[in-house]
Amino acid sequence: MSAYLDHNSTTALKTEVLEAMLPFMVHQHGNATSQHSFGRTARAAVEHAREQVAAAVGAYANQIVFTASGTEANNFAMRGICSHLEPAQILTSSIEHPCVSRPALAMQTCGYKAHNIKVDSNCDINMTHLQKLLAAPTNLVSVMLANNETGVIQDITEIAEMARAHKAFMHTDAVQALGKIPVDFFALNVHAMTISSHKIGGPLGAGALVLDKRIDIQPLLYGGGQERGLRSGTENVAAIVGFGAACELAVSNLTAFDVHAENLRQHLEIGLGKLNAVIFGHHGLRIPNTSFFAFKNLDGETLVTALDKAGFAVASGSACSSDSGEPSHVLLAMGVDEDLAKGAVRVSFGMTNTLDQVQHFLKALEHEVARLRNLTAMAA
Amino acid sequence: MSDRQPIYLDYSATTPVDPRVAEVMIPYLCEHYGNPASRSHPYGWTAEKAVENAREEVAKLVGADPREIVWTSGATESNNLAIKGAANFYASTKGKHIITIATEHKAVIDAVRELERQGFTATYLEPEPNGLVDLAKFKAAIQPDTVLASVMMVNNEIGVIQDITAIGNICREAGVIFHVDAAQATGKVVIDLENLPVDLMSFSAHKTYGPKGIGALYVRRKPRIRIEAQMHGGGHERGMRSGTLATHQCVGMGEAFRLARLEMAAENERIRMLRDRLLAGLQGIEETYVNGDLEHRIPHNLNISFNYVEGESLIMAVKGIAVSSGSACTSASLEPSYVLRALGRSDELAHSSIRFSIGRFTTKEDVDYTIDLMKSKIEKLIELSPLWEMFKDGIDISKVEWAAH
Repeated sequence: MSAYLDHNSTTALKTEVLEAMLPFMVHQHGNATSQHSFGRTARAAVEHAREQVAAAVGAYANQIVFTASGTEANNFAMRGICSHLEPAQILTSSIEHPCVSRPALAMQTCGYKAHNIKVDSNCDINMTHLQKLLAAPTNLVSVMLANNETGVIQDITEIAEMARAHKAFMHTDAVQALGKIPVDFFALNVHAMTISSHKIGGPLGAGALVLDKRIDIQPLLYGGGQERGLRSGTENVAAIVGFGAACELAVSNLTAFDVHAENLRQHLEIGLGKLNAVIFGHHGLRIPNTSFFAFKNLDGETLVTALDKAGFAVASGSACSSDSGEPSHVLLAMGVDEDLAKGAVRVSFGMTNTLDQVQHFLKALEHEVARLRNLTAMAA
Repeated sequence: MSDRQPIYLDYSATTPVDPRVAEVMIPYLCEHYGNPASRSHPYGWTAEKAVENAREEVAKLVGADPREIVWTSGATESNNLAIKGAANFYASTKGKHIITIATEHKAVIDAVRELERQGFTATYLEPEPNGLVDLAKFKAAIQPDTVLASVMMVNNEIGVIQDITAIGNICREAGVIFHVDAAQATGKVVIDLENLPVDLMSFSAHKTYGPKGIGALYVRRKPRIRIEAQMHGGGHERGMRSGTLATHQCVGMGEAFRLARLEMAAENERIRMLRDRLLAGLQGIEETYVNGDLEHRIPHNLNISFNYVEGESLIMAVKGIAVSSGSACTSASLEPSYVLRALGRSDELAHSSIRFSIGRFTTKEDVDYTIDLMKSKIEKLIELSPLWEMFKDGIDISKVEWAAH
């Protein structure tokens, strides 16, 4: 028995998505900017995908700017919005993905000040701290809708209200939320929102920034003037078509996904409880597919490697930081003890996972935890 | 006739993905879908290995070390990263003046313009009427505070090849960082970065039978060139460019560049014969002008102005072939090509220009069809042209004083 339980890192392409993409991978090869029929076919496909993406987040097609990734969309939002403003402070939560926190830090060389908004022990934004920070002039507040590690969902509408009350712009990284919970751009009340294709069964290589059309934003990439001048570069037609198809599927499967993933997670977490695991962020609202946990006095890296040998692909933190050996910055921000944080394991489910896999996973986990505890006991 | 697909002669705008390339990409879309940055399971390792193999193939085509190749989303991003990244990194030590050529791709020109807004100064050097850079003029443009020069290897509209070695040597001598946009050069011109005096070079996959949405930037290691990252995040690509890599696209670019390395010599000869056939056929039409030097030029490109023909009606008339009337990136506007203007062509000649770009899947039949089509259409169009009539009557149109109306 083996199972891929790392869907928050990236998830398999859906068959329907591949089918939509295939014609544009070979035969429909036009450059979407060309005026001839090859170009017009490509253009029509890109614009159809734009409609599909917009519909998935309750926005209008002309609010969608396609990028090559979620990382690019986040960098674009942070830099693009702030560069029009008199440098003041940029607030990001302490649990953001590095592609939000690092641009903020990098912008300090241009006169902006980057500050972290604290979270509580359950991974929820500390609203009192946010309120206090907002007393100083603020350019932008960026808080993710769902955290990639714990899966905890923030009250973005409320945070956006606070930001707006202080004349700050509001951005949310909704990469891990799309396809797992309803995402409505207008209900969230943000100025800009990042989404990504490969987290929802679309291909790698496409992302988007959803924009409030009334704001000024400066491009990250200059050139041919594609995406209404906001993002130059030949459109990656096949990936964009795949992103569109994936968005449509994700929205129509949302309820089924919720029921399925929540069921798997309940079974997993009942089992984890029996093994005395600590589950992070489970007191509040979470996306239904994610469980982040650790065992006291047990090394997570070793556990993840052992699970991999047993056939289960899980993450020991976010994929991007999993080679650093550092404990998860999300857990540290939640005040989790460093030793416990180092042992953290993330399981994230997709539609293809089964209850049977969960049961086998729990069995393997129980076995490995017992084995490692024995080893630790012997070493001591 | 109207039902068939037009003949594709716009390979400089984008090439079809070679079916052999698509074939190796698809497994990485389906079964091997791991995130190459995932270090805790084989899905990630498989993806990472594929990405690194592809990096090696990209490096091999251009005589670079794989560690000198940084993945990007395309040549536009590579150009932006190289120009803004190097200019910002070296501004405090070398200065804030940039040299580029007036005929560069928009991604270079507009990146330089953005730097001008940030306080840099720039020289947009005019090329000679044949499209080539005059080395003495280039040398004279260098100032004590010149930090960076950016010159494209092959022009996208007229296909001329610049003397990159000579320009690079001038830059080396003056201590100027040298960036080359080679998006239109890979698979067409031999590139050996081990011996070329180039510090940064941009590549694109979709101009060389690879997929759209992937490119690369060469960043020299010896002597080491530094760039300031333009995108921050997970620290991928040794911190120079963050963002999850699209495995299938990296794999596609690797395979496309591998095929180019193996096949370019024979392929370019075949294409040269087709281009020469096209040129010979079109030269039978009166008042045609080839834009750009014919000798220092890739075999794939033919850019011709048809005098006394109105540009827009020309495009409407040749719907049986898919060609470009200027760069694909600017063809949505009716402005005459800025590249042809920079060569000193009149607005009329710039407007009535067509770029034919030939590629891997072009046949002799395609070329012959194109010659026949052009001949018959141009004949009809010039018959409608009052200017043509005047020209035939021996009137020098440039000396005509038109009445204002």
